[in-house]
Amino acid sequence: MAYIAVAIGGFLGAILRYGVSEWLGTLNGLNIATLISNWSGCLVLGWLNTISGQFLPLSPNVRLGIGTGFIGAFTTFSTFTIDAWKLYKNGQVLASLGYILLSIVGGLILSYFGYLLAKLHMHWLERGRGGMAR
Amino acid sequence: MNWLLVGIGGIIGALLRYQVTRLINTRFDIQFPYPTLIINITGSFLLGWFTRDLHAYFPSLGSAPMLILGVGVCGAYTTFSTFSFEAVSLFREQRELTAIAYVLISCVGGFAASAIGLYGLPAAQ
Repeated sequence: MAYIAVAIGGFLGAILRYGVSEWLGTLNGLNIATLISNWSGCLVLGWLNTISGQFLPLSPNVRLGIGTGFIGAFTTFSTFTIDAWKLYKNGQVLASLGYILLSIVGGLILSYFGYLLAKLHMHWLERGRGGMAR
Repeated sequence: MNWLLVGIGGIIGALLRYQVTRLINTRFDIQFPYPTLIINITGSFLLGWFTRDLHAYFPSLGSAPMLILGVGVCGAYTTFSTFSFEAVSLFREQRELTAIAYVLISCVGGFAASAIGLYGLPAAQ
């Protein structure tokens, strides 16, 4: 079952990434689609990997399908490195460096933001439950 | 049809990533995200090579091989979200130097590997 979950997630994640890239394309040679896919994936995975089963009751396989399958396939590292080289080879050295920095720093910040969001989310739900108990 | 080719590649890429991660994690007791590192470096090399040569290997198939193997397999095999999450997790565990090393090795390794794929291999005939 785990393999089927990862396969379904991978199928949908790759298609959505392709859809976003077809829809947005590039901006002055800058692959804005990959940047947006990677950023949004970092935010969602940060949240999903942090929120506990108590607050998001999903079976382990569904979690695996969404996290490892869907978001894992939606975001990509290889296209990011190739894009940066293409910009560099095209003479857009600053754009290439900017793209690398935006991807990495933005990805890390959004990943951490997803983590914080899940912590906050759990805190609110916990308080809600405490109130109910009283 | 294009989206279906990408989706089929995505299945293969995601399953490969899952299996490589599982194999490494069950065989070795490690405190460093080697699986994602290895996946991102090997995938960057493969995408570089495909970008350069795939069309020469299958000249009659148009963009289909790149959609399956490049956008689908390599795109889904490598991952940015897990990489970021692992780096942030290392930071949160107060292993700042390890986190910085992970980010740097991923980038230097990934860029070197994709450069070898893109520019470093002899072209296909």
